[in-house]
Amino acid sequence: MGQAVETKYIDVEIERQNSTDSQPYWEKFQVPYRHGMNVISILMEIQRNPVTVDGKETSPVSWDMSCLEEVCGACSMVINGRPRQSCSALVDQLTQPIKLQPMSTFPVVRDLQIDRSRMFDSLKKVKAWVPIDGSYDLGEGPRMPERKREWAYELSKCMTCGVCLEACPNVNTHSDFMGPAPLSQVRLFNAHPTGAMNKDERLEAIMGEGGLANCGNSQNCVVACPKGIPLTTSIASLNRATTVQMFKKFFGSDRMVD
Amino acid sequence: MSKDQEFYWRRLHSLLGIIPVGLFLTQHLFINFTATNGAESFNSVSEFMGNLPFLWALEWIIIYIPLMFHAFYGVYIAFTAQPNTKRFSTFRNWLFVLQRFTGVFLVVFIAWHIFQTRIQKALGTEVDYNMMAEVLSNPWMVAFYIAGVISATFHLANGVWAFLVSWGITQSPKSQKIATYITVLIFLVLSVVGVSAILAFVV
Ligand code: HEM
Ligand code: SF4
Ligand code: FES
Repeated sequence: MGQAVETKYIDVEIERQNSTDSQPYWEKFQVPYRHGMNVISILMEIQRNPVTVDGKETSPVSWDMSCLEEVCGACSMVINGRPRQSCSALVDQLTQPIKLQPMSTFPVVRDLQIDRSRMFDSLKKVKAWVPIDGSYDLGEGPRMPERKREWAYELSKCMTCGVCLEACPNVNTHSDFMGPAPLSQVRLFNAHPTGAMNKDERLEAIMGEGGLANCGNSQNCVVACPKGIPLTTSIASLNRATTVQMFKKFFGSDRMVD
Repeated sequence: MSKDQEFYWRRLHSLLGIIPVGLFLTQHLFINFTATNGAESFNSVSEFMGNLPFLWALEWIIIYIPLMFHAFYGVYIAFTAQPNTKRFSTFRNWLFVLQRFTGVFLVVFIAWHIFQTRIQKALGTEVDYNMMAEVLSNPWMVAFYIAGVISATFHLANGVWAFLVSWGITQSPKSQKIATYITVLIFLVLSVVGVSAILAFVV
């Protein structure tokens, strides 16, 4: 009572990198603690006062963010060894020193900022959308049973954050595996009554280079996904769908879609 | 191997792991188990197998070609992974690493095993109980053979689990869990059969 509150400090260690091809290096910081801080507020504090523990002036640390409520996926990074969103990583729940690293499965743009383009390219490759009227009218789509909609909603929560790719031992520089997220989107769009009109195209896409067959069942993705998406169930389900597609294509008649 | 055919190569790799390689391994371990009934019992079964008609064709079609494809493609698959059990130390992630580790070890073990048995036979040595007993008179060899057999039984059992997923047979977490129990059981049974067979040559 009446005593001056002593300022608490948070110990932070950040793996930094000036550009995509430059060598990473570590810097340590001490940031004044405030109640309810998350990792982003630490980074904002460092931006205001970019001085390391040793009193050395340095450049502010770069990172990405947008929604600040764990729905956009932009702020993913490796926090204390785990890939996750920095906006929902609360300081009070983290052990110190808090170690921040970029998700190096992706090209590092600068510091903690990464380039997730490969995920968007994969979504294009697998046609993760429902095509709408082109030169002809598709008409009104059939209704989706409510229970199916609820189930599909869970799959649709993917925010392309990249955590599942970072967690996967088979997504790395030796392989061109597209990773779990775009695969699960194929299951989502193939389950959609109108989307199903192109389901063979999506299955063929994931039966191509860097596709489904690269999964080695470490099942890290399903543990890591912040949205609780049943990625391994999606993968197994697509395994069955592609098994059928493979046999249908070879032994089947000339029916292309179903 | 063209990358856009990768899906089919992977499915072939998966299939060959069970048929014929996995079936051969199971049969091989059970036949060796006859050694626990004494030398005569083993020799008579081994002689029967050695006298199968078209043996060379059976060997190449059922064993060498599928095994070589599975093994060499398996080494490629194993080395494209970047294990991360430090970050994710879950049961499945450990099995993922062990599947690759045992696969690579099996290449060494099987090469050595073929050299000690099949190649010696081709060079004129009689392959029978006594020959194996002599190989296994060296305690280091006993350890090496036990490691090889346990690697193989693990790799097959966990491979059955993976096969069920790879072909979309087990999809739900519950079915995958039950498959885990069943494959652990397969691992234990095959290991007991395989290791008892080795020990039968030692005593
Ligand atoms: C004793 C002989 C062997 C048997 C019975 C066997 C059996 C199997 C089976 C059944 C699978 C599961 C396939 C799937 O994932 O669907 C498998 C996977 C695998 N095998 Fe083998 N295998 C043997 C030898 C080898 C060897 C010598 C290697 C060389 C490294 C190897 C490497 C692999 C790899 C890397 C996988 C994982 C594939 C994946 O998850 O995508 N195997 N094996
Ligand atoms: S599936 Fe989950 S972990 Fe993967 S990108 Fe989508 S939200 Fe992120
Ligand atoms: S800023 Fe959008 S998920 Fe963190």
